[in-house]
Amino acid sequence: MHDRSALLHFVFGRLTWSAIPYDSPILVGTFVVVAVFGIMLLGAVTYYGKWGYLWREWFTSIDHKKIGIMYIVLAVVLLLRGFADAIMMRSQQAIAFGSNMGYLPPHHYDQIFTAHGAIMIFFVAMPLIVGLMNFVMPMQIGARDVAFPFLNNFSFWMTVAGAILFMLSLFIGDFARTGWLAYPPVSELRQSPGVGVDYYIWGLQIAGVGTLLSGINMVVTILKMRAPGMTLMKMPIFTWTALCTNALIVAAFPILTASLALLSMDRYLGTHFFTNDLGGNVMMYINLIWIWGHPEVYILILPIFGVYSEIVATFSGKPLFGYSSMVYATVAIMILSYLVWLHHFFTMGSGADVNSFFALATMIISIPTGVKIFNWLFTMYRGRVRFDVPMLWTIGFLFTFTIGGMTGVMLSVAPADFLLHNSLFVVAHFHNVIIGGVVFGAFAGINYWFPKAFGFRLDPFWGKVSFWFWLVGFWVAFTPLYVLGLMGVTRRLSHFTDPSLQIWFQIAALGAFLILLGIAAFLIQIVVSIRNREALRDHTGDLWDGRTLEWSTSSPPPQYNFAFTPRVHERDAWADMKQRGYKRPTEGFRPIHMPKNTGAGVILAALAFACGFGLIWYMWWLAAASFAALVAVAIGHSFNYHRDYNIAAEEVVRVEQAYSRQLSAQVSAS
Amino acid sequence: MRQSNMMIASVVLMLLIIVPVLIAIAVVAWRYRAAAKSAAYDPEWEHSTKLELVVWAAPLLIVIALGAMTWIGTHQLDPYRPVSSADYRNAVSENAKPLRVDVVSLDWKWLFFYPDYGIATVNQMAAPVNVPIDFRLTSTTMMNSFFVPALVGQIYTMPGMQTQLHAVINKPGDYKGFSANYSGSGFTDMRFRFLGMSDADFKQWVAQIKAGGGDLDRAAYEELAQPSRAEPVHRYASYEHDLYTRILNRCVDPKQMCMGRMMAIDAAGGRPLSGD
Repeated sequence: MHDRSALLHFVFGRLTWSAIPYDSPILVGTFVVVAVFGIMLLGAVTYYGKWGYLWREWFTSIDHKKIGIMYIVLAVVLLLRGFADAIMMRSQQAIAFGSNMGYLPPHHYDQIFTAHGAIMIFFVAMPLIVGLMNFVMPMQIGARDVAFPFLNNFSFWMTVAGAILFMLSLFIGDFARTGWLAYPPVSELRQSPGVGVDYYIWGLQIAGVGTLLSGINMVVTILKMRAPGMTLMKMPIFTWTALCTNALIVAAFPILTASLALLSMDRYLGTHFFTNDLGGNVMMYINLIWIWGHPEVYILILPIFGVYSEIVATFSGKPLFGYSSMVYATVAIMILSYLVWLHHFFTMGSGADVNSFFALATMIISIPTGVKIFNWLFTMYRGRVRFDVPMLWTIGFLFTFTIGGMTGVMLSVAPADFLLHNSLFVVAHFHNVIIGGVVFGAFAGINYWFPKAFGFRLDPFWGKVSFWFWLVGFWVAFTPLYVLGLMGVTRRLSHFTDPSLQIWFQIAALGAFLILLGIAAFLIQIVVSIRNREALRDHTGDLWDGRTLEWSTSSPPPQYNFAFTPRVHERDAWADMKQRGYKRPTEGFRPIHMPKNTGAGVILAALAFACGFGLIWYMWWLAAASFAALVAVAIGHSFNYHRDYNIAAEEVVRVEQAYSRQLSAQVSAS
Repeated sequence: MRQSNMMIASVVLMLLIIVPVLIAIAVVAWRYRAAAKSAAYDPEWEHSTKLELVVWAAPLLIVIALGAMTWIGTHQLDPYRPVSSADYRNAVSENAKPLRVDVVSLDWKWLFFYPDYGIATVNQMAAPVNVPIDFRLTSTTMMNSFFVPALVGQIYTMPGMQTQLHAVINKPGDYKGFSANYSGSGFTDMRFRFLGMSDADFKQWVAQIKAGGGDLDRAAYEELAQPSRAEPVHRYASYEHDLYTRILNRCVDPKQMCMGRMMAIDAAGGRPLSGD
């Protein structure tokens, strides 16, 4: 209650000192930890003089391999935040019974479940799959980079800007208290007058630009930049899934952008798209957001199906069974994912005909998905199955995801859903398919392609430890939720009155703790692997005896990937080349034309971040100025003609000959 | 009851494929492990039209069966469909007049109107067993979901809109009800009791409320509508007669035009500002 001068109001909008949560011990503690680690990290980078290296070699890089790695690093960092939210939720729900209100009042708990869901989907799962597709796909098609390398860098930094906005809400202001999809009316001004929903909106709008541009980039890359001879039906299966995923991104993400834009217009301009009065309708938002939301979850899982296909084939020593079938199944899933969105709200009262249509459409999607599982089984049949860490994750997926898919079909039976909608059964189902599918697949892919990216394997022992803790932990954490859901318990509750339920929540909390150990084991795996990298070194570039073109390069590959664009004759191009007795070329190397690094992506994303911050806090001058600067820099950058260079032929010769020598040393040593 | 049968049926149908597949995965992965040199190794085998037909057809058949069951069940268990004795196998009293209950979800409590009896309650409702209940539901500000698991599936409640639900309680008891859609900080405490009771007990319940006094007029409603959490049970012997309709049409406040009227004007082509 103080008199704010007009000047202060103009400069700082609605940002005041009270936005800083001094009075919340959890947040103050979090801030201290983050600050301490942050200072240690920044201090270490400074001490070792690595800022130049980081800027030149990584932040400004337009190399798809580096960008892919950075996406995955971002995802792992945000996984720690999202999982911290999960542990808090599990512990609150394990203790908050009867007179014990727990340690998280609804004011906080509701932010935590909102942040948990939004962060895990947008800043963990999406960056994981975009990172994998970025790293792997161009090499699989024999290309040197994606179609628009600068745009790729820009997309990454826009995603980072969105993530930073989300994280900033911890310490300045608060986050949305709406659930991860921010349904109105709760997300409208009446119930959410503060900055929380605005952090959500602008964080996602900024990151969404990055994702959409990435989608366009990769569709064009796959359609236009395949090596000669690689027809569509000779592409690696992972590239097929990447194509379908990015087609989904291009078609679906604009809907998210539009829905959030309409919501932001309600909040900023007083329109009535989704309000209760003056013509607004919440059902519209719910329909729109799920027309995006359902394709979104297929965006998450399709590339991971591709990862599993590559891994099962490689570690069975056999080509993928039923390649054409797998392609048709992927395309079918892509198309069908647009026809099922209403199953997220059967209980809205749409009538039996409408509910039935969407129920049946949902069931039909399980057919191509089931076909994939069969084909993976047949790939292993009469193969030579090696249980390296990537294959362990795959086997874990096969069991876990199948059950999760079954519970999904259970939910698609609309009358059953009338009882199970919004219950913990639904929560268990989607974690079942996202953890069992996407997360397991991401770990499989990371373990599989890490040696290609860095030249040494990840430590197998800690990989197995991580896998078992995740697998057991997942089932211990989520089986109780299936039981609770069947008993009628609904989601998003911060307090319970029925003591007979408590044991289930306690078991679930134990499961979350086991997963925590799995995450810790993964981090240990990385540290140990870096320490022991010489012992884990891969000198062959092809330590798994892979089948696709990325394994024909050195580990790590040269910046340009391929000195000569490969000529492709068959599917599984590298396996085919090995079978034909491929010999590396020793002469005829030419200069290679490459794009230059640029800082423009970082700068543009920083300006977007400033614009978002300004919009959130009603600092209109900041929003306007940074938006104008954004446009100006973008236009200015388009006049930059010094954006490419040639790698001299001598340099290519040097790199290629060094690798050839390394390979022959391997052969004679073995 | 019907729904649990459907769930069990769907699980059984799916397990018909899933159990053999999961066993096959375990068997195949073990049998063809790299260390088992005696196992056949056929690296050329990557296609079989026959097998493809089977793996596309088998799930398709299961889905057709599930789909048929779902179509029928979705129509029969549609919340908007009145309960009839044909569905519930004589669990509905012959010639029972349906009980009308109008439900409003407020922040953060439940308000129940009994138009046939002129009484209203907050956070507690009752119904006689074996009598079909006709719910009409709406909300004031936030979207909620009316859910009594022991009774019937849930239905959303949305401001300015009306949803319907039909149900019947067959066993007397004290059942839990709550909101199944997150609606804000008081959501967690938005619990109510649903009491199923014999016909005689129900009449007594109604009589007790009528005798207990309390009138839910507009002023009392405005006060009730203020945001509050963990609201205790209230009982009203009477209420403003068109209060539910006014809540639905968002014109409890006399200065607000009722939405029904507004929509009628719009449907007729609108009216200039200077008009009514």
